[in-house]
Amino acid sequence: MSKEWPLWEIFIRSQHGLAHKHVGSLHAPDAEMAVNNARDVYTRRNEGVSIWVVRAADIVASSPADKGALFDPSNSKVYRHPTFFPMPEEVKNL
Amino acid sequence: MDHKVNYLLRLGDNALILSQQLSQWCGKGPALEEDMALTNVALDLLGQTRMWYEYAAELEGAGRDEDALAYLRDAHEFKNCLLLEQPNGNYADTLVRQFFFDAWHYFLIEALTRSSDARIAAIAEKSLKEVTYHLRRSGDLMVRLGDGTELSHARTQAAVNELWMYSGEVFAYDAVDEAMVAAGVAPAADQLRAHWLAHVGEILAEATLVMPPADAWMQSGGKQGRHSEHLGYILAEMQFLQRAYPGAQW
Repeated sequence: MSKEWPLWEIFIRSQHGLAHKHVGSLHAPDAEMAVNNARDVYTRRNEGVSIWVVRAADIVASSPADKGALFDPSNSKVYRHPTFFPMPEEVKNL
Repeated sequence: MDHKVNYLLRLGDNALILSQQLSQWCGKGPALEEDMALTNVALDLLGQTRMWYEYAAELEGAGRDEDALAYLRDAHEFKNCLLLEQPNGNYADTLVRQFFFDAWHYFLIEALTRSSDARIAAIAEKSLKEVTYHLRRSGDLMVRLGDGTELSHARTQAAVNELWMYSGEVFAYDAVDEAMVAAGVAPAADQLRAHWLAHVGEILAEATLVMPPADAWMQSGGKQGRHSEHLGYILAEMQFLQRAYPGAQW
């Protein structure tokens, strides 16, 4: 077993109704301590209502080389983008 | 000195001396996460110190403010328990000291929320969330270090054995403590001690650590101002500025 603590990615929900947002990463021996550490490192100024921790090794990421295949085909399909609906000013966080 | 003032100073001194000790880890923690966690705890305790001192100074009415209480008293006037002036040592030493303190502090503060003194109850209420987290964190770490590697287990067990004799002073009530119990200000010792032993026993078992006997001989004297030489060094560093440049401010 490695002597280094594994890396954890930290997600914090800043308020109810919003999604958890990635805020950074930290090291911790296990999930419980990762939550404790996240509290100390990332929520010292009243930032959140909920914390998620995910082992960085468990995140499967797309490869930059696949960028073309994954993302480019949508560029030419303007009808997929909901840019034709005017949003009322009052609606926040959408 | 009035019993209540004395009792408040004991609460404040415990928090201040531990806070000062923890802040010495700032920038030297074994990991960035631990460094921040320890300094967070140090700041929480400093905040609590100020509330206890502020109330003590008011009751005392001798024209001393919180700064005078922190910076202008000598070692024999400090009433912190001996546990808190024990050296930071290695990380296990710091952590076991913290855990022994947190377990007592949590049950004490929880009981003080029902104090007959409304101001004390309010300060306890304000501190309870912080103290709850402190105990959770130090307990979690005890389990990780105790049930961790061979080295972390050995060091944590050594720290438990070494610091055990300082863990009982908080339950050794004298006339000051008893007066507070009689007035409904503070909780009785036996009830606190039962909670402490049960919780510490549970965490030590989970951490695969051996708990020394509950009836072992316990060191005391700190509350009455009889300290080890460690406190002198702590105060020398903490009070240097005010002693060298009286009244200095920024």
